[in-house]
Amino acid sequence: MADGPVRTRSGKKTLLAVSSGGGHWVELIRLMPVFEGHDVVFATVNEAYRSEVGSARFYTLRDVTRWNKLRWVQTFGKIAWILLRERPDVVISTGALPGYFALRMAKWFGTATVWLDSIANVEELSMSGQEIGKHADLWLTQWPHLAKPDGPYFRGTVL
Amino acid sequence: MIFVTVGAQMPFDRLVKAVDQWACSHGRDDVFAQIGPTDYIPSGIQWTKFIDPENFKLRFKAASVIVAHAGTGSIITALELGKPILVMPRRASLRETRNDHQVATAEHFRRFPSVMVARDEVELASEMARITGIQGIQAVGSHASPELVGAIRGFIDQTN
Repeated sequence: MADGPVRTRSGKKTLLAVSSGGGHWVELIRLMPVFEGHDVVFATVNEAYRSEVGSARFYTLRDVTRWNKLRWVQTFGKIAWILLRERPDVVISTGALPGYFALRMAKWFGTATVWLDSIANVEELSMSGQEIGKHADLWLTQWPHLAKPDGPYFRGTVL
Repeated sequence: MIFVTVGAQMPFDRLVKAVDQWACSHGRDDVFAQIGPTDYIPSGIQWTKFIDPENFKLRFKAASVIVAHAGTGSIITALELGKPILVMPRRASLRETRNDHQVATAEHFRRFPSVMVARDEVELASEMARITGIQGIQAVGSHASPELVGAIRGFIDQTN
């Protein structure tokens, strides 16, 4: 490892929590107890969500889907900038595509990643959720019947 | 008040029209709908295309009943605030979304007594009477299950 600060096993970490809007954001906010005691930074697609996270650092991303690829560059750039600036220890996402980008880029920096597939995906994982599998260090589904021995794993739900 | 929401991403005129017709035929003047990016203009209910998250929460809290597409944001918010919610899933075949995941979402959330599902506009009209009669709902807590919180916290703690 490079000469970064040595962190203790259970010390305070910097977490980057990323999601798109609507249900993805609602699910991310329900993970608040996960972030407690850590330094959490949010990146999402709607400036108005800032009011829901108190004094936590907050970045807005342009929303991206599979269908508006012209915007991808902007969102890519912003995520790279956030990763460089915040140097998170762990990146966590509840989807969708902006979170997928964030996890992929986080791995380029060697950062640990968590993907929690949305509870909306009952019959199969989201496309992002399937493709992120090999890049997520902790790869989770919220439906026991979608879990597999090599991931995604089921470890409870946001409810 | 009845609050109708279809999310910000896509219109869902089939739902809005059904509620609009129901409101007109039942003389309800207390329906407010967030109808998304659509050209359809409801005739008998109040509406807005988009709503910011703060006003969304206010409308939600003020409502006695929620009618929505089967999006998890709407359903989970209804559970958190203890509001009865009637959802109608979007259909990919009608180009209301890209796949039929809302059908499965709706079916699985049905296990909560305060969540009702209408498969189509006809069912929606008939279920409106039942949803407006539901009372005494227990709100769910505002956090993820301890199992999930523990699993992710455990993972974070062992990173270095």
